[in-house]
Amino acid sequence: MKRLLEWQIATVTSIHQETPRAKTFTLQLPNWMEHKAGQHYDVRLTAPDGYQAQRSYSIASEPERSGEIDLTVERIQDGEVSTYMHDVLIVGDQIEVRGPIGGYFVWEAAMTDPVLLIAGGSGVVPLMAMIRHRAAAGSKTPARLLYSSRTPQDVIYSAELDRLQGSQNGLGIFLTYTRRQPTGWSGFARRIDVPMLREVAGPLGNSTQAYVCGPTRMVEAVADGLLQIGLPPNQIRTERFGPTGGI
Amino acid sequence: MDSNQTDAVRSTMLDGNAAAGLLSEIFISEMTSSSIECANCGREGELGTLLAFLQAPGVVLRCPACEQVILRIVESPEAIYLEARGAAYLRLARTLAA
Amino acid sequence: MASNFISRGFTGKRRQPEAAERVPPGQYITPDFPVLSAGPTPRTPLDHWSFTIEGLVGEAVKWSWEQFLQLPVRTFVVDIHCVTKWSKLDTQWEGVSIDTLFEHIDLDPKAMYVTAFCDGGYTTNVPLVDVINGQAFVAYQYDGKPLAAEHGGPARLVVPHLYFWKSAKWVRGLRLTEKDKPGFWESLGYNNHGDPWKEERYW
Repeated sequence: MKRLLEWQIATVTSIHQETPRAKTFTLQLPNWMEHKAGQHYDVRLTAPDGYQAQRSYSIASEPERSGEIDLTVERIQDGEVSTYMHDVLIVGDQIEVRGPIGGYFVWEAAMTDPVLLIAGGSGVVPLMAMIRHRAAAGSKTPARLLYSSRTPQDVIYSAELDRLQGSQNGLGIFLTYTRRQPTGWSGFARRIDVPMLREVAGPLGNSTQAYVCGPTRMVEAVADGLLQIGLPPNQIRTERFGPTGGI
Repeated sequence: MDSNQTDAVRSTMLDGNAAAGLLSEIFISEMTSSSIECANCGREGELGTLLAFLQAPGVVLRCPACEQVILRIVESPEAIYLEARGAAYLRLARTLAA
Repeated sequence: MASNFISRGFTGKRRQPEAAERVPPGQYITPDFPVLSAGPTPRTPLDHWSFTIEGLVGEAVKWSWEQFLQLPVRTFVVDIHCVTKWSKLDTQWEGVSIDTLFEHIDLDPKAMYVTAFCDGGYTTNVPLVDVINGQAFVAYQYDGKPLAAEHGGPARLVVPHLYFWKSAKWVRGLRLTEKDKPGFWESLGYNNHGDPWKEERYW
């Protein structure tokens, strides 16, 4: 019986430094399969003696871009796979991947309910795939991104988010900074809390579908907050990233 | 459940989605949107909503309502072991998700 | 899970063992103390905590936390080996030897196995001969400080000569039995005995 997912060997065609700690790797896949925004790929490294390490990374790119995927990876101090990808991998290298994986935390342009995307640190990656897919599909579904970062230097995709903010396709972008703000900043400057959620989510209405992604603790706090402002549990989808991905 | 716990175990806990790759080695269907009913408390939900403990000798998926074990998976070099006694049932949707 | 593909320049974060003869096959030394758990950290208040020895004993014995602290305490320095391949040398614990605990019970001659049972529902099974004669203890301090909850505090079993999944965290007691009863991991793929020197990892 053929399995849905097999490991395949991808080639790195481009590496882009997004922020001091985050890099985007463009991988060309011999067996590219159209993914859904929100899904991830597993990456597996093998040492000459057979030792293996494996991690999951969310797809950053939209499914409309065929043949290749972008993975944006945050470099974790002492992380086995992320340090390899950041410090060793170069354009032209090969890397073993498996995917696309995950059916629970996905958004497709065919979904017409308003969308609330809430990101902490590198949790923005799968949500960015959703935003890019929404733009590529020409969707006018009301959507808002609430993105928490420590400092302006930590905002991944900041130029692209600026551009999207300026465009007329109904995407609202709200940034909050927890450690340092840009000069002259008049926006949010604290961890995501219930009043902030109420302010950002309110205008979207009761049928809003929320996607929350980031460090486990942040995700739990935000999910609790969404329940407190009245969003039903079945309209809240979470993807915990574990202990990492600073906010 | 006390979400004020801030220990290392809590912060490494993930969603069932994180076990999706492993489950794809066992099941044909895309598993994270499959429904599971907890045999202990009766809560029904998508597998992606279960609490996932991957930092262990095996993978343990627990009910978010009562924290009891629903699924356990162990990978050895020769085999994958799956125990689902904690699930009253699993409902695997027929559509092959991309 | 095997792969023919080798990742250029990847070696992993293992270190060369400084004391190779102390490291069982397939293991590597780590300076950290990884936290691995099958579930949320139990939080039993000390005034609700007790340790019980029951089963094939003349009479079950139970200690409260205060009573447990009155038992003769020792420092143990041991090497520990996790089945997930990390080993940690010279770990220091303070606690009570199983031999000391067994002085308080009347062991039934039919007792051959021990099941450790814990808060959160975890269990593990060990042959009786593997926990006596200085081979195992119940620890409530690590490195001179109270054992952290994420490492099994208030108290955990430590059986250092077997893979560390046998060193049950949040232990609340031992049950003596005639027949072997596979515990949480032993019932799903993991070796019933778990000797790291024989690489008894799986079934």
